[in-house]
Amino acid sequence: MATFFDINLFALFGQLLVGLINGSFYALLSLGLAIIFGLLRIINFAQGAMYMLGAFFALLALKFMGINYWLALLLVPLAVAVIGIAMQRILLRPIANEDHLYSLLLTFGLALIIQGSFTHIFGSSGLSYPVPEALKGGTRLPFMYLPNYRAWIIVASLLMCLGTWWAIERTKLGAYLRAGTENPQLMQAFGINVPLILTLTFGFGVALAGFAGVMAAPIYSVSPDMGSNILITVFAIVVIGGMGSIGGAIITGLSMGIIEGLTKYFYPEASNTVIFLVMVIVLLIKPAGLFGTTR
Amino acid sequence: MRKINQPGTWALLTGALCLSFHLAPSAADNQVKIGILADMGGTYADICGQGCVTAAQMAVDDFGGKVLDKKIEIVSADSQLKPDVASSIARKWVENENVDVIGGLVSSAVSGAVSKVNADNKKITLISGSASNTFTTDNCNPYNIHWTYNVVALAKGTVKPMVQADKKKWFFITADYSFGHALEKTATSVINDNGGTVLGGVRAPLGTTDFSSYILQAQASGADVVALANAGNDTVNALKAASEFGLTEQMDIAGLLVFTQNAQAMDPEVAAGMRLTTGFYWDMDEQSRAWSKRFERLHGGIPSMIHAGVYSSTLHYLNAVSSAGTDQSDAVLKQMKTTKPTDFFSRNAQLRADGRMVHDMLYVEIKAASERKNEGDIYQVLKVIPAADAYNAMLPKCHFL
Repeated sequence: MATFFDINLFALFGQLLVGLINGSFYALLSLGLAIIFGLLRIINFAQGAMYMLGAFFALLALKFMGINYWLALLLVPLAVAVIGIAMQRILLRPIANEDHLYSLLLTFGLALIIQGSFTHIFGSSGLSYPVPEALKGGTRLPFMYLPNYRAWIIVASLLMCLGTWWAIERTKLGAYLRAGTENPQLMQAFGINVPLILTLTFGFGVALAGFAGVMAAPIYSVSPDMGSNILITVFAIVVIGGMGSIGGAIITGLSMGIIEGLTKYFYPEASNTVIFLVMVIVLLIKPAGLFGTTR
Repeated sequence: MRKINQPGTWALLTGALCLSFHLAPSAADNQVKIGILADMGGTYADICGQGCVTAAQMAVDDFGGKVLDKKIEIVSADSQLKPDVASSIARKWVENENVDVIGGLVSSAVSGAVSKVNADNKKITLISGSASNTFTTDNCNPYNIHWTYNVVALAKGTVKPMVQADKKKWFFITADYSFGHALEKTATSVINDNGGTVLGGVRAPLGTTDFSSYILQAQASGADVVALANAGNDTVNALKAASEFGLTEQMDIAGLLVFTQNAQAMDPEVAAGMRLTTGFYWDMDEQSRAWSKRFERLHGGIPSMIHAGVYSSTLHYLNAVSSAGTDQSDAVLKQMKTTKPTDFFSRNAQLRADGRMVHDMLYVEIKAASERKNEGDIYQVLKVIPAADAYNAMLPKCHFL
């Protein structure tokens, strides 16, 4: 095996690649959170539940309606978005002008209710979703066996993240969005329907979580607590990247995945905590996060 | 995340109770009260949650709801898999609410905590859900009764045939808490005793969803067999990653603790052919099927071995109360240990003096999807492991008769 300074390069590359795959999920989920926080100033604790809903919807759609993976990848985020929109319209809008804590507690409560109901209906053991036929098997790289589906995750989530970043930072619609949060009254005076924009943004943010959920279904077991398990890590990533920073969320998500992978090679025991360690250091040095701006 | 615990209140309560402890007469109450402590909403909820309460209730119903003209009552609570929560509930039950026996008990850490409280109060602990063997060895006490299975039965049943079939080199993926450590330790000694070697292992935190990096390490080890010393979703997720990264094509996987609910959650293509040891299988014969169908009607799912064990241990306890003519713990224990449990679950069973209930275990293989007739049809029974060979020997210091 190739070694360099006593480091087994094959094993290291293997862990780095796995880290990049995990990072793709982190990036997708933290991107959704960052968009919602950036534009609506809502700390959405239900994002994990939306991710879980995405996975369950994909599973149920396959089981009861015969909707395959590819179609689910398109339809499930829409379904999750509809739920998100209803949530925003009915529950979150009335408290939009209150303190952040209100929306935080509300979404947290909703997440518990959704998770509890799913545990009640489906049990806690987790269900399995098959890997789509076209992506079965894998490629033997010099240093590891890379399952095709994992490679697809990296490609798909990178495309999704970059597309979202581009849409918000580089298009006219994105400019409206950003302006709508800076100065809603002025935007309204220009004849733009700001509440509608906010609702659609929330819908899109949770749809990203739904999308991640569908992507995760074939590799993780589909269980009611899958969202709450990952949510805390994702929040740490959003904090590191800077609350509300779109590009920051993507870059931090991917790089934290890689840092986790490195830790798993050099000191596996710390792999669970390394992200939080980074968070503490970043907060001490740059309280607004790596890419955040203080307002 | 769940119910808020109030340690302050409990501490006060406990303090007050300790003061009045010597004054409290052993209340001669007019009922037999069974406490079922389970995991109502966590990782192990499917294996021993509400289902454990249902199983105990079935035993009570079969007894007609009354013993020695006393009403039998079941109380239940959520241990949240936390030992501190479990021991305060147990203390409240046995010290304030005249609970006579505590059963269910999933997670070894929880059972250990409850066992201590019960021993102090001379109440019986009917452990059905936990795997660690220490309740009847290192930490044995006269009031511990361990039903269903333990790590020794699992390791001997699953590991030994594989080592003997020339699978000599092993690698462990272990759940990083007391149960996983105990299972790994026991399995390692079985491997060494039979001429195999352990090349290494990794410890994964409880509730890991992505096992890919552990699987990569296992792959690099060059072992013949990768042993999964974990349970529940951890086993399911580890197996999933193993198949994804092509590990299942190079090495064998030994699932050291697999419950029917987990086997159902596994992808049949990957799990087919995997062999494991269990204390009970619902579809084993007519007797088991009859009970399981009844359980399924009440609970809505096939029973795990723990569910069946809870029924069986509760029934044996009630039988003993009836024969002993009292619900006083020492008399009941003596009766339990001198009569053989007989029901659909207890085959060639005996409750030893150390509190270990030994019975025939089953060595089974997971069926391929094409062989399954229905959703619950998951195992092919390969052989019955006789009770005498299945468990660890009794330690002299734990001889409580």
